[in-house]
Amino acid sequence: MMEFLRTLTARVVALFRRRRLDEDLDEELRSHLEMAVELNQRKGLSAEQARREALLGLGGFEQTKQIYRERRGLPMIETLLQDLRFGFRMLRRNPGFSILAILCLTLGIGANAAVFSWIEGILFRPYPLVTHQERLMALGGTARGEPGGTALSWPDFLDLRRSCTLLDSFFVTKITGTTLSIGERAEVTTGSIVSANYFDALGVHPILGRGFEPDEDVGSQAHPVTVISYQLWKGRFKGDPQIIGKTQRFSGVLHTIVGVAPEGFYGTFVGWAMNFWVPASMEETFEAGGYKLEDRGARWIEAFVRLKPGVTRGQAQQEISAVAQRLETDYPATNRGRGIQLWPLWQTPFNNARTLLPTLEIMVVVVAFVLLIACANVGNLLLVRSFARRHEMTVRLAIGAGRGRLLQQLLTEGLILSAFGAAGGLLVAYWCRHALVLLFPARGGVTMYLPGEIDWRVLALSAGICLIATLIVGLVPAFQTRNLDLSGTLKAESSGVVGARGRAWSRSSLVVLQVSLCFILLVGAGLLIQSLEKIRTTSPGFTTHTVLNTGVSLVAAAYDAQRAKTFEDELIDRIHALPGVESAAWARLEPLGYGSYSSSPIAVDGYELPPEEQPSVEYNQVGPAYFATMGIPLVSGREFRRADDEKAALVAVVNQTMAVRYWRGQSPLGQRLQVKGKWVQVVGVAADSKYESMRENPKPFFYVPLRQDFARGGGLNIRTTQPLRTIEREVVREVRALDRNLALYEMITLQEQVDRSTSPQQVAVTLVGVLCGLALLLAAIGLYGVMSYAVSQSTRELGLRMALGAGASNLLRLVMSRGLALTAGGVFLGAAVALGLTRLLGNLLFKVSPRDPLAFGSALLVMMIVASTACLLPAWRATRTDPARALRD
Amino acid sequence: MPTTKAEVLQGTLDLLVLKTLDTMGPMHGFGIALRIQQVSDDLLRLNQGSLYPALLRLEQRGWITSRWGVSENKRKAKYYSLTRSGRKQLRDEVAGWSQMAAVIDRVLKATS
Repeated sequence: MMEFLRTLTARVVALFRRRRLDEDLDEELRSHLEMAVELNQRKGLSAEQARREALLGLGGFEQTKQIYRERRGLPMIETLLQDLRFGFRMLRRNPGFSILAILCLTLGIGANAAVFSWIEGILFRPYPLVTHQERLMALGGTARGEPGGTALSWPDFLDLRRSCTLLDSFFVTKITGTTLSIGERAEVTTGSIVSANYFDALGVHPILGRGFEPDEDVGSQAHPVTVISYQLWKGRFKGDPQIIGKTQRFSGVLHTIVGVAPEGFYGTFVGWAMNFWVPASMEETFEAGGYKLEDRGARWIEAFVRLKPGVTRGQAQQEISAVAQRLETDYPATNRGRGIQLWPLWQTPFNNARTLLPTLEIMVVVVAFVLLIACANVGNLLLVRSFARRHEMTVRLAIGAGRGRLLQQLLTEGLILSAFGAAGGLLVAYWCRHALVLLFPARGGVTMYLPGEIDWRVLALSAGICLIATLIVGLVPAFQTRNLDLSGTLKAESSGVVGARGRAWSRSSLVVLQVSLCFILLVGAGLLIQSLEKIRTTSPGFTTHTVLNTGVSLVAAAYDAQRAKTFEDELIDRIHALPGVESAAWARLEPLGYGSYSSSPIAVDGYELPPEEQPSVEYNQVGPAYFATMGIPLVSGREFRRADDEKAALVAVVNQTMAVRYWRGQSPLGQRLQVKGKWVQVVGVAADSKYESMRENPKPFFYVPLRQDFARGGGLNIRTTQPLRTIEREVVREVRALDRNLALYEMITLQEQVDRSTSPQQVAVTLVGVLCGLALLLAAIGLYGVMSYAVSQSTRELGLRMALGAGASNLLRLVMSRGLALTAGGVFLGAAVALGLTRLLGNLLFKVSPRDPLAFGSALLVMMIVASTACLLPAWRATRTDPARALRD
Repeated sequence: MPTTKAEVLQGTLDLLVLKTLDTMGPMHGFGIALRIQQVSDDLLRLNQGSLYPALLRLEQRGWITSRWGVSENKRKAKYYSLTRSGRKQLRDEVAGWSQMAAVIDRVLKATS
């Protein structure tokens, strides 16, 4: 072993001292020869004979040197270095080619690296500074018969934490918001309500002060303490080193700042940066619904757990399900039909991981296509060059280079190209790491944070892609040299435009491949654009452009119900008085928002419930004139009025779908509906509208007067003809006039609300669109390259045709038809594959069939236009062929 | 006496070189070649060229070292000398060789 190591060291050292060692050897052998010659002469041989004998004895000077050299260094590495040097020389000699090839690979590898870094930074390792994210799982509830996840209740969470042995670091986080008034400025900001072990469980240590003490998440309003983010500390508190122990009012309650989180820690909500954390005991301050820490029925928290090392998700899930089952039996009133589930981080149901997952999944396929197209381009370029280098290759073969050696040379050249491409690609990924945020519409009070993460895994993956690219681009010309024919080198060969015999075949097939990949991307992009268009043009069922939505932070300002009611009425009156305001109404929730509607089991007079069915219908609490303000038509009956208050008879408005389902076409007006155990009278039927998503199907829904099911701090809707900024200024003034400590939430049009709810689709369309454009460009370059090469190679044929009477238009048609035939081949192939592949878009599509003829048609059109453009220049050049010159040369 | 010269057996050149350096002390390549031929009464046909890769191999393994010196005829030459581990290696190889020779000898006698 020692000897082996010593030998290896000696050989490696020798690599770097070659010249010196070569000189040494020369000198040694020369002195050997001289001694031998001298001896032979002393034996009586003539000078010439003496020298001959000496050389014979040595067995050849150069041969000895060669054997010696192979023994000395590491021949494999030496040939590699030799190939690298040669490769670099070839690239330098042809800078235009090299730059184009490297650029193609940079785009291809860069797109992949960027998407990988997003996937890493958003789905797999979304929380900077948090340790052991590979074992972190999202924990949430499930409800029988409802897809997706629900929140958990605090007592359930505590029971789970006590009973599970396969998991450690259970922690809770619930996104919340508050108004931050520091000095003169008041603004809305986001933070999290967390369990006391939050920072310890994450392995994140505050840079100033401390995290939370173990008992700080116990009790009602018991521990008004907070840890603030580094950004908040640096920004709003100007990096005050004495910040610990100072107080800050959050939602009307003074909180003592006990810690400052480290720089680069943004909390645990994918997509949004958190600015403060408070323990769960302060939950009432931030959340509507009172004290919930002992209420098993109140499901409001989101949690994470970390698996113990070596435990699989399946095992942990089994344990959790067992606990959930026990809870179901122990607490049937609150837990019947409820389960608890683990999700890997990338499937987390309660943050932006879920909204981005389908888009990023599609992107993986799209960038793989772009990479293939780029590789095909570079392969094509190398192929062209390998024709030019046929002579060189043949000479190398003729003087004894093995085919393996040639292959090694070609692969080395491919490696140089793709290594440069990979380096450039990583740079692209680095520049693009925060690009995803730009695609989302800005949202007041929220700092979007969607970082790409370039860690060793992304680097390794990019290196892998670089190697694959190397193989592809290196093997294409190698395939060509395989049938290099030694004796045939001198035979002049030219391929025709029409015939495309022999060598042109492999180039053409690469172009066909490119076109087909490109076509598939175009179809995908077309489908996504159509979906987005369908979503956009679908009527939400309410007015979007002339209705503004905002809200006032009443919970945050610690208003009690009575004070809130008074304030809300006064504000509505003041807003009504503003010029240009047609009407205004409060509602607990705005449509298409993040909040979840209340839901209640219902009973309807005369509707026989099928056994087992317990219909639960969602509803919203809305103020007087809500329907007029929102522009939701009333089919029959009346709107809520101010008179529908807590003292009046309970009433409700149902939507059309609900009326049809539960009253079977009879008018529900005046009929009774049971909501949360109380009977209310239906006074109106409203048209269906969209409630949670633009993509939802019509579903039963009803409304009750806000006053009869009161919740503080809802949303305010204003119908107006005035511009948003004007109204905003005036409403802010009115709110301030009523109470200086209140902040107005961001004011947006309902159109903006619709747009925000469709932002995942927009992001998908933008990303696929950009990459599709890139793919088109690359394919056009490929097609252009092949056609111009074909034209340049067949000047003789073109000249002959011209001499025989073919006109410019004939030649134009000849070249164009050849190019378009290739394109048609690609389109045909692509269409066949696309028919099978577009199903993958699944969830992102809306009211569009994956085989939509319009998408396929427009993809065909775009492809043909681009292809004709790419072929036009070579075709035009063909018509400029000078027949006399072409035939003479 | 055989009429053809014997080729140096694969693997035995190392042993010959080590032994030569052991008896003669530091020596240059030509000297080593000459010495091996003289001692073997010119019965061994040694390709002198193959001596140098062998020397390199021994040096890479750390059994011999080399340094430039001046020969008896005032010529610049590279001198090789045994190292301590080379001496140990020589003892091992001699022992191994003797054992091998004895075994082969016994086998040959037994079959004849």
